[in-house]
Amino acid sequence: MVRVSLFVTCVVDQVFPNVGIAMADVLGRAGCEVEFREAQTCCGQPAFNSGYRDEARTVAEHFLKTFEGAENIVVASGSCCSMISHHFAELLPGDHRVHDLEPRVWEFSQFLTNVLKVEDVGATFEGLVTYHDSCHALRELKIKDGPRKLLQNVRGLRLVEMEPAEECCGFGGTFSVKFPEISGGMARTKIEAIERTGAATVVSVDSSCLMQLQGALSRSGSKIGTMHLAEVLASK
Amino acid sequence: MTSRDQILSSARAALNRRAGDSIPPPPPVLLREGPKELLIEQFKKALEALAGKVVVVKTPAEAEVAIDNALNGRTFIRSPHEPTAATEVGITSADYALADTGSLVIFEPTLLSLLPPCHIAVIKESQIVASLDDVFRLRPLPGSMVVITGPSRTADIEMRLVRGVHGPGEIHVIIIEDVTHSDSNTSHHL
Amino acid sequence: MKTPDVTATLGDGKLQLAIYSATARLADRRREVVSLEAMPDYQQLRQHAHDIKKHTLDHLDYYLEQLERNIEARGGKVIWAKDGAEACAFIQKLARERGVKVIVKSKSMTTEEIHLNEHLEAGGIEAVETDLGEYILQLSGEKPFHIIAPALHKTIGDVSNIFERHLHSQPETSPEALTKIARIALREKFLEAGMGITGANFLVADSGAIVLVENEGNARLSSTAPKIHVAVSGIEKIIPRAQDLAVFLKLLARSATGQPLSVYTSFLAAVPGEFYLVLLDNGRTRLLADESKRQSLYCIRCGACLNNCPVYRKIGGYNYPWVYSGPIGKILTPQFMGIEHDPWLPFASSLCGACGEVCPVKIEIPRILLELRSNKVSSSPDNVELWSFKVWAWVMKHPKIYAKLASAALAAAPTDKDSFFAVGPLKNWLSQRDLPVPPAKSFRELWKKRSK
Repeated sequence: MVRVSLFVTCVVDQVFPNVGIAMADVLGRAGCEVEFREAQTCCGQPAFNSGYRDEARTVAEHFLKTFEGAENIVVASGSCCSMISHHFAELLPGDHRVHDLEPRVWEFSQFLTNVLKVEDVGATFEGLVTYHDSCHALRELKIKDGPRKLLQNVRGLRLVEMEPAEECCGFGGTFSVKFPEISGGMARTKIEAIERTGAATVVSVDSSCLMQLQGALSRSGSKIGTMHLAEVLASK
Repeated sequence: MTSRDQILSSARAALNRRAGDSIPPPPPVLLREGPKELLIEQFKKALEALAGKVVVVKTPAEAEVAIDNALNGRTFIRSPHEPTAATEVGITSADYALADTGSLVIFEPTLLSLLPPCHIAVIKESQIVASLDDVFRLRPLPGSMVVITGPSRTADIEMRLVRGVHGPGEIHVIIIEDVTHSDSNTSHHL
Repeated sequence: MKTPDVTATLGDGKLQLAIYSATARLADRRREVVSLEAMPDYQQLRQHAHDIKKHTLDHLDYYLEQLERNIEARGGKVIWAKDGAEACAFIQKLARERGVKVIVKSKSMTTEEIHLNEHLEAGGIEAVETDLGEYILQLSGEKPFHIIAPALHKTIGDVSNIFERHLHSQPETSPEALTKIARIALREKFLEAGMGITGANFLVADSGAIVLVENEGNARLSSTAPKIHVAVSGIEKIIPRAQDLAVFLKLLARSATGQPLSVYTSFLAAVPGEFYLVLLDNGRTRLLADESKRQSLYCIRCGACLNNCPVYRKIGGYNYPWVYSGPIGKILTPQFMGIEHDPWLPFASSLCGACGEVCPVKIEIPRILLELRSNKVSSSPDNVELWSFKVWAWVMKHPKIYAKLASAALAAAPTDKDSFFAVGPLKNWLSQRDLPVPPAKSFRELWKKRSK
C-alpha cells in the first residue's frame, strides 16, 4: 500500500478545495492510503519570490517539521513543488532534512505517471479540452507529456493543443498585482490562444495559473471553464 | 595608474588573482567530424536555399562559359584587381567552401566580394569541406578571413526579407569538378 | 514601489501586433533549427559554450593580456578605457588628429551604452549608422527597440516618411525600394568616411582577432573601406582560442534569427590599415566580483531571451530603463547602475523561465532575478511590504490561526473593482480580471467532515 501525504497548497486549501478532494479521490482509487497533515500551510514561495528569504525560510522550516517522516508528499501545484524540491536547498543549504525530502516530493501528475506508473485512471469526461503548460511544472520539473497522456486516456475527452501552449499565463505570484497591466495583457494573449482551439475547458496542474486564466476569462464574458487536472481525472 | 593597470587590477581583485598567476587548462576544443562524400550536392542545396546560384562544370573552359552566362553583359572586375563604384560584378576565387551551410571562405578578402551588386566565385570541388570546423583545424589561421553565406540581406523593415543591402544581392558559385569519386582514397580532406 | 507606465504601449494595437509577430517569427525560427532532429548536440554545445565563458571570465586578466599581446604583434593598438567617457574621448581625439569628418558605424550596443554618437556629434563629427534598422532610427532620432531587430516597431509607411523627410526621397511602398534608397545614400558615406567604427561579437585571445557577425555587409564595409578601423568592445567578449568559435558560431545566429550562419562572419587579425581595439570596462570588473552573478557577463547578445520573454513581447524595448532590454537587461541594469536606479526591474517578471531555457550560454537568468530581488529587499525594503511578510510568515507557522484568518479574509474580499475596499493588490488584481468565488468551506474543513 502506497502511503501518500497530501500537500494541497494554500491556494487549493482556501480557494479551490475541490482540487484537493479530487486529488485524494484519484489517489485513493489508484490504491494509495492518503493522509492530510493539518499543520500544513504554505511552501513559502510568495515570500521567496518577493525577495524575503528570511520569511520564506521560516515557512520552509515549518513545512519540513510538518512533513517529517512522510513517505510520499504529493503536491497540488507545479510551482509549489518546485519551490520545495529546487529552492528549499537555497534557503537551507546543507540541511539534511531538505536533502532527505527532495526525492520524496512529487507534483500530482508526476506521482501518477512516474511513481504509480499509471496513465489511465479510469476517468470519464466528455468534451474538448486544451492543456496549459504551467511554467514551473514545464521548465523546472520537466512536466510535459505526463498530463497529456493522462488526459488522452480519459474516456470521452478530446485533447486539442493550443498554440502556443508553453507561453506564460502571466500570474507569476506578486507579479500579477505589482504589474497588473502586463499580467493582464499576458492573460489575454493566452486566452486568445485558448479560444482558437474551440475547447470548452482549459486544464492545468497549477491552480494559480487557473485562477489567473479563469479571472480573465470571466472578465471577458467567455464561457470557457478551467479545471485542475485532478478534477478531470476524478470525474466519472 | 594607467587605465590599463586599473582595469587589470580591478579584474584581479574581483577574481582573487595576482599578476602572473597561471591558469588551468581551458575546456577542450570541440570540433565536429563531417562527412567527406556528397559535398557538392550538399553545398548546392544549402546555397540555393538562400537564393544563391550554383553551376557545376568539368573544366576551366566550361567555367569561363558559365561565368559569361552569369555576367549577362554586365561590367566586371576579376581579382586581384579592385572594384570601382561602377563595377557591376566582382569575380573572385575562394579558399574553401562549406557544404553544410553553402558558404564561401575567403582569406584576406577584398572589396571585390563586397562592393559590386553581384559576386561570382569560381572554386574547385576539392576546396569544399564539410563545415567551418574543418577550417578551424588549419594551422596557422590566416590573418583575416570572411565566411560568406548567401547574398547580403535584411529583414529590418517589417520583418520582410530584402536581398542586397550593402553587400551583393546576387551570388553565383561555379564549381569545377576535380575529384575522382570512388569507394576509397577520395583525397580531398585537409 | 514606482513601476513604469506601460499603458500607452499596451494600448497601441499596431505596436502590440508588430512586437508580437516579429518576436514570434524569430522565436519560431530558432526553435526549428535547435530542435532535437535539426541539432542533436544543441544541449551539449550550450553547456560547452557556458564552460568556455566560465573559464575565460574566471581568468579574465590572463586572457586580456594575451589578447593585447597578440593584437600588438599584428600591428594593431589596444586602448584600455575604464569608462565610456574615456572611450569616447580617445575616439574623438583620434578622429580630430586624423582630420576625420565622417565616420561610418556598424551596429554596436556597446557604443550605445557609452553614448558615442552623441559625443561625436557634439564634437562636430558626422557619425552615420549603417545598419539599415539603426540608420532609420538615427534619421528619426530614436533609440533601438530590440538588440537584433532595432526598428521592428516601424511600418513601411513609417520608414518611407522618415526617408522622405530626411533624404528627400520619393514615397515608396516596398521594402526593396526603401532598402535601395538607403543603400545608395550609405554607399556614399562608406566611401567618404575617414574612419569606421564597429563593435565586436567576439575577441579571440590566441589570435589577437576580432569577429564581426552580420547579415547586411555594413560591418565589413565599415571595417575595411575607411583607412582607420576602431572596434569598441566590452572586456567580457573574449574567448580563448579561434577554434572556440566553432562552438559559439553554431549557437549565435541560430539563437538570434534561426540561421545556421549569418551572411558575413569576419575574422580580423592582421589587416591592412590602422586598427584600434577599445577595451571597455565601464563597470564590468565590478560585476566580475560577484561570483554568483558573474555569468551575467557570458551574454553573446543573441536576443533569444527577448524573443521568448512574454513580458518583453508585451512591452517592447522602450519600457526598459537602459540600452539592454529584455531579460538580460533586467539582470545587467541593476548590476551596472545599482539596484536603486530601477528597483522595480527585477520584479517585472513572472519567472516563467523561458529566458534561461533559450540562452545559448546557459545564463541562469531566473535564479539571478530572484537573487536581485533578495538584494533589493535587503538593501532597501519597503516597510509596509516587509512587515506584511513578517506577519504572513508568523501566521503560516500557526496553522490554526492561518485557517481562521484565511477563510475570513476570503469571505470579506470585495469582488467589485469599483468597491471602496478594493485597494492595493486587490485593486490591481480586479483592474484586469475577476476574483474567484470564495468556496463555502476550505479543503481542511471538507477533509475533516470526510474523515468523520
